[in-house]
Amino acid sequence: MPRTSHWLLRALRHVDGILLTLALLVLGISLAVVTSASGQSPVRISGHLVNMGLALAVMVLMANVPPHLLSKVGPPLYAAGVVLLVGVALFGEIRNGARRWLDLGFIAFQPSELLKLALPLMLAWYFQRNEAVLRAKHFMVGGILLLVPFLLILRQPDLGTALMLGASGFYLLFFAGLPWKVIVGGAVLGAASLPVVWGLMHDYQQRRVLMLLDPASDPLGAGYHIIQSTIAIGSGGLFGKGWMQGTQNQLDFIPERTTDFIFAVFGEEFGYAGAILLVCLYLAIVARGLVIAARAPTLFGRLMAATLSLNLFTYVFVNMGMVSGILPVVGVPLPLMSYGGTALVTLLLGMGILMSVATHRQLNKS
Amino acid sequence: MPLATPLKNLDRELARFHGRLKAGGIFVVLLAAALLGRAFYLQITQHDYYIQRAENNRISLVPVAPNRGLILDRNGRILAENYSAYTLELARAQPHDLEATLTEVAKLIEITPGELRRFRRLLAESHEFETVPLKSKLTDEEVAILAANRYRLPGVEVKARLFRNYQAGPGMAHVVGFIGRINDRDLKNLRESGREQNYRGTVHIGKTGLEQSYETLLHGRTGFDQMETDASGRAVRALSRIPPVPGKDLRLYLDEGLQAVAEHAFGDYMGGLVALDPNTGGVLALVSKPGFDPNLFIDGIDPETWKALNESPERPMVNRVLRGIYPPGSTIKPFMGLTGLELGVRKPEDTIVDPGYFSLPNSSHQYRDWKRGGHGIVDLRRAIAQSCDTYFYKLAVDMGIDRMHEYLQKFSFGEKTGIDLDGESAGLLPSRDWKQRRWKQVWYPGETVIAGIGQGYHLTTPLQLATATAMIANGGKRMEPRLVQAVRDPLTHVWQPQPVVVHEQLAIKPEDLAVVRQGMMDAMRPGGTAAAAAAGAPYTIAGKTGTAQVVGIKQGARYDASSLSRKNRDHALFIAYAPAENPTIVVAVMVENGGHGGSTAAPIARAVFDYYLTGKRPGNMKLEGGSDASD
Repeated sequence: MPRTSHWLLRALRHVDGILLTLALLVLGISLAVVTSASGQSPVRISGHLVNMGLALAVMVLMANVPPHLLSKVGPPLYAAGVVLLVGVALFGEIRNGARRWLDLGFIAFQPSELLKLALPLMLAWYFQRNEAVLRAKHFMVGGILLLVPFLLILRQPDLGTALMLGASGFYLLFFAGLPWKVIVGGAVLGAASLPVVWGLMHDYQQRRVLMLLDPASDPLGAGYHIIQSTIAIGSGGLFGKGWMQGTQNQLDFIPERTTDFIFAVFGEEFGYAGAILLVCLYLAIVARGLVIAARAPTLFGRLMAATLSLNLFTYVFVNMGMVSGILPVVGVPLPLMSYGGTALVTLLLGMGILMSVATHRQLNKS
Repeated sequence: MPLATPLKNLDRELARFHGRLKAGGIFVVLLAAALLGRAFYLQITQHDYYIQRAENNRISLVPVAPNRGLILDRNGRILAENYSAYTLELARAQPHDLEATLTEVAKLIEITPGELRRFRRLLAESHEFETVPLKSKLTDEEVAILAANRYRLPGVEVKARLFRNYQAGPGMAHVVGFIGRINDRDLKNLRESGREQNYRGTVHIGKTGLEQSYETLLHGRTGFDQMETDASGRAVRALSRIPPVPGKDLRLYLDEGLQAVAEHAFGDYMGGLVALDPNTGGVLALVSKPGFDPNLFIDGIDPETWKALNESPERPMVNRVLRGIYPPGSTIKPFMGLTGLELGVRKPEDTIVDPGYFSLPNSSHQYRDWKRGGHGIVDLRRAIAQSCDTYFYKLAVDMGIDRMHEYLQKFSFGEKTGIDLDGESAGLLPSRDWKQRRWKQVWYPGETVIAGIGQGYHLTTPLQLATATAMIANGGKRMEPRLVQAVRDPLTHVWQPQPVVVHEQLAIKPEDLAVVRQGMMDAMRPGGTAAAAAAGAPYTIAGKTGTAQVVGIKQGARYDASSLSRKNRDHALFIAYAPAENPTIVVAVMVENGGHGGSTAAPIARAVFDYYLTGKRPGNMKLEGGSDASD
């Protein structure tokens, strides 16, 4: 490659073509659905485009950060995140009955968001460091690194985020080689302790779960969201009502329909065929991520790539499961589909890391 | 640096990692399968169900209430009409404190204590999502004030509504009746008769009178606007419309002028009058005094006014013509006579010698004639004209209660006449069976004696008397009384005559009928019991007076009106038809505490005949005491 090539072209060399294509396809669908769900609101559409541009830029940036540099960010980021979580517990702002927000004067944000990336980075860094001598105690340390932020978030309380964070930490331990007997034993123990957990859950959390079991019990209250979104999806049929033709969407029956419930709009207007296409696109992204993980030269790269891939699909599953009424309502956006800058940037940042892992492999070898 | 632990085999570690990747991949595929399985269930298996639910979400039917039919008298004068006005209504489910809103509203426009009382009663009766009227018939200024302040009066609505107006006033209340707000009982009836759907959007329903009995015709059919609505219930666009079908208009036989004359003729007296066309059964006038203002009821009456009306000793809410039951007294005599002739118990020329009383064989008890010393030699014609009690005592005993009961029933006594109003009483025509059932006692011969002059158990409504009298006038046709003559389709504007219903044609020999008619005509001539009331009439009247006892008079005592307080005085009865040769109108009058039929009841009938047959409207009519003796 000529040394005189433009810096931008050099930067783009780290972009994984397959992942980018898949991501752009989903983003294209997202743009169409947000257009329909927002009632063709120019503000929403342009905002969405700006978010996409920003997030893609972050992705390209991340793709150019070599994994070994990235791994060094893990410990400080994790430490900062935990400190902030403690800060929240002590000085946090209470919104909607939960202490989740930290007001830094100029910006209010949820430190739990930070942990979503910091925790895998920290764990991957830790296992990479001890790769050669990996033993049971390292998994115990890893478990503690996972439990600290998990419990801090749990007591905010924010069960949904805590579980999502717990899942990503678990994936990492799993790929690092957590023994099956520990996994199975933990699962059995977890199932056994469900009644205890139920007793510890807050009223609103219990209500959400109950609502899931029988949404019709409160059709005008909390069950309304689930009922309306399942009606939207179900009424879509095989091929859907057509773009901008969904009555549940156009007549305001679907709540939060550009953000968390966007799949209801999509399901109504594009039907089962659309749902298959979308799920296949997500599966392709995950597959590509797992391939990258398989080919990664370092343990850090392998663990990050595999964890981020599974994490993405976990979000997909939790969101779609919630919107189609098989999981409780938790505020989780649909990756690459939901309107919202933070989530999109976080997601494409993760894909940038995947690309970094993928492209720096060859460069390392050469 | 010494190694504390052995180094891992990197190839084996890599192989294990790849195994974990495969496990992760399988996990993801399983999750994807779960999602698509759920989507398949919703979108393919349950698609029909959900598409229906989505349609139900989207489409709402907004009922459009039909205009209620008008009620007109025989000359097309309006008795019940509609007008549109603005009402102030409050949503029952208030976003704020209801009392605070009421206070705010009261600051803006005047709310009377009566309106507030009515509002509270309606509030207690209403359902959660209804709006409750606070003030109706708002002036333009009030509408403007409320509109300007709407932003700070949440839950307050100004609605354009159709109202009913009964301009004919209290005199017509017992005929036309009134509409009122649909209550729980009405709703239950509607639901049970499968008409509930047709009343979506309708606030009022007929409660009494014609408004009640012709409810189905007057109401019409509710239309529906099919609207596409969004989640907040706001109509986005109209999809289709099924227009409402207005209710049918009713034209009555009743003449508003005649009704007014009849009502006026009562003066201060209370009572009931019904005038029928003997050839059709058409009700020409139907007065029950006192009446009441039906307009009070339309939008809910306030509790105090209702209590006053309902508990008044004058019973203004009771329709005396349909529901007032009285012993027929001497008005039964023409029918007794006709029964005697038809059953062959008497011939027209048969006579008795009246000593002034009647005694049963082997009994010393005297059943006295109203005339001391008796009427001398009387045949049937004379017995009717002079209302000779002794003649009919004997006739009743000769006939026996069983035959009497059987035949009198044919004149509608003891049966409902079948008038097109609800709530009619059947009265009571006694019989041996009835007494056994009701009192568990045998029938005594003495009871037959007094039954001959319409005393004892026999109870009749003025309407039954009129129906029976019409049979004498028309030659034995028992007509079902009808108020409604024709019904107009609001779309074609064609009047559809209502059928005349002959309940039964009684075969009466013309010569028998002639005798009874002669007796009734004689009653109106000098020497008859109501001669004074017929004096100077340019047409012939056939009539019969009667008296219904309010308090029992002891054996041997004499009835003396002057010694009794007015409320214990007898009710005066009078039945008549005219012109006697070719009857076109039949009247039955009952004057409460009127005393003699000839002196108080007959002049009222005369005023009705005069107006109907000659168009003469009485001036300030005064009730005059009859000079001739009555029973």
